[in-house]
Amino acid sequence: MAYRFDFSSLADYTPVLVQGVATTVGLTLIGGVLGVGIGIAGAAARSSGNAPVRFAVGSYVELIRNTPFLVQLFFIFFGLPSLGVRLPEWQAAVLAMVINLGAYATEIIRAGIDATPKGQIEAGASLGMTGPQIFRYIILGPAMGKIWPALTSQIIIVMLGSSVCSQIAVEELSFAANFIQSRNFRPFEVYFLATALYLALAIALRWLLARLGDRMFRGGARV
Amino acid sequence: MYNFTLWDILSNLLLAARWTVLLSAIAFVCGGIAGVLVLLARVAPLRPLQTAMKLYIELFQGTPLLMQLFIVFFALPLTGIETSPWTAAAVALTLFTSAYLAEIWRGCVEAVPRGQWEASASLAMSYGEQMRYVVLPQALRIAVPPTVGFSVQVVKGTAVTSIIGFVEVTKAGTMITNATFQPFLVYGLVGLIYFALCYPLSLSAKALERKLNVAR
Amino acid sequence: MSLADQSVSPSARPLVKLSNIRKSFGSVEVLKGVDMAVQEGQVVAMIGRSGSGKSTLLRSINGLERIDDGVIEVDGECVDPSQIDLRALRLKVGMVFQQFNLFPHLTAGENVMLALKVVKKQDKAACRAAAEAALSKVGLGHKFDAYPSQLSGGQQQRVAIARSLAMAPKVLLCDEITSALDPELVNEVLSVVRQLAEEGMTLLLVTHEMRFAREVCDSLVFMHGGRIIEHGPPAELFDRPQTPELAQFVGMVEAR
Repeated sequence: MAYRFDFSSLADYTPVLVQGVATTVGLTLIGGVLGVGIGIAGAAARSSGNAPVRFAVGSYVELIRNTPFLVQLFFIFFGLPSLGVRLPEWQAAVLAMVINLGAYATEIIRAGIDATPKGQIEAGASLGMTGPQIFRYIILGPAMGKIWPALTSQIIIVMLGSSVCSQIAVEELSFAANFIQSRNFRPFEVYFLATALYLALAIALRWLLARLGDRMFRGGARV
Repeated sequence: MYNFTLWDILSNLLLAARWTVLLSAIAFVCGGIAGVLVLLARVAPLRPLQTAMKLYIELFQGTPLLMQLFIVFFALPLTGIETSPWTAAAVALTLFTSAYLAEIWRGCVEAVPRGQWEASASLAMSYGEQMRYVVLPQALRIAVPPTVGFSVQVVKGTAVTSIIGFVEVTKAGTMITNATFQPFLVYGLVGLIYFALCYPLSLSAKALERKLNVAR
Repeated sequence: MSLADQSVSPSARPLVKLSNIRKSFGSVEVLKGVDMAVQEGQVVAMIGRSGSGKSTLLRSINGLERIDDGVIEVDGECVDPSQIDLRALRLKVGMVFQQFNLFPHLTAGENVMLALKVVKKQDKAACRAAAEAALSKVGLGHKFDAYPSQLSGGQQQRVAIARSLAMAPKVLLCDEITSALDPELVNEVLSVVRQLAEEGMTLLLVTHEMRFAREVCDSLVFMHGGRIIEHGPPAELFDRPQTPELAQFVGMVEAR
């Protein structure tokens, strides 16, 4: 089985690959920011809201966490138009990523909130702060610092999971790989390279988020 | 045009779901066995072996399952193994599962206090004896909840195999959608089937963890 | 250089002999060439401030700390830095830890029997008999089937002693074995050690229980800065310290 790797034919497709990487990064960036936003809102609602709100958020979290991202994506892209909601490919992809990450982030951030010492909340209350003020100024920062590593891992999982967005013709990295291998008939080399690029993106993202976490939650991370 | 009843759709999806279950079970069992070997190599007192397994785990955790599937799908024929979507899916998911489980279990082995190693060492036990009689039994106990929890990821991971043409419940959903033009209903049902498979696993993982925390 | 010339004939070969033991953690040298000898049946306590190297020295005697230089000899088993297989040495050296380190998934009896079964390959009946005898010796024969979590700290430490004794070691190392105990539980453990000493067991202790050291030990070793700077009978060390370091240490201890 002396297979000969031949990456030479890939050089012509550099622009396609670059565009694929850029799209994957873009999807991850938007999905990551909005998803974490939903996570914070969801965690806040779940830890303070009334019973129906808690139930609704809980159902959302469990429903998303117990179904595959690919099916969520198909449901949004193919299913929602029957309700009159027709989204372009990339918007459907971003929406699916936001909804998906939002559910995991809600659960992760809630765990951080639950770990807040009771005395901190009592101290805030005794200073006359309102519930939302306590959440914003006392609970959230340290909680985010504590769960930042877990959230980082989840964002990377979502980035890697975005590879299936090629299935609704979003032109991200794995779409680029599929496209190239259909032209040059060197699937092994193409997927090898694409996999290496994903690995590099994952390593870069982990590094970047670690720096970001250090800057944003310097106090909280060392609790 | 033939009109599909709800029952037609559901029964076809459920028939396909058998393959989802079977593939999940195979990946979980084979991945678990392979994962034990990866784990033992990962924590063995041999630097090169540790490093190799660390790379193995990082490779699978740092790349998309979809790419792993494609590579296995195109690599297997090079080794002379005849490749169907079925074998490629089983092999790729097994490797994927072994890497994740090995990493989960490594955390459990490392959670066993150093004093346990020292006490068993001072009783003249060899590395293998320490592992087998002292460390692994304790690690196993705390490993059960996260392991059950990870089985959910395996079930969901099987959906990606539809992309290389393995006909499990997601692929069946796509095929039925193409025939019925009812994507909302069909993908909704597909989602519910996954939920019915995964939610009990999630719940039991949570219950097991609660039980473990109480026992401590 | 023997430490206890007064109790044993000088010609007797020491049971434990340490020669020029050196050990560094990174750039910090914690043992700077330690020599020491212990005769069979002797009870020796190592004293000194934390960080003086006494625990590291004790742990090196059964290979839990790998030494950088020197030779450890226990009853004819030699260990030097090149040696990897410590099994023979550890069969002759038992150890009891500050944190007990019982195996939490096994009952008291199973804790004692485990090494008899897997290391010494004794049959079931022999294991059981040995475990029962060892547990009775520490006054816990009735706790054979109890799990560590069901025992008090003092009871757990006595099970740990029984676990070591059952392996019939030539010498027993005790590393601050009462430091993690509530004050009211200290005596039940010390009285077991005292009983072992009376029966002629060779004991090497790291301890902060100065009164116990004074009453029970044949010899004390005072460590400071990675060296043994004084050694001799307890009364001599406590009452007539020769170095300012020991004088200060004794003063500090007695002030407590």
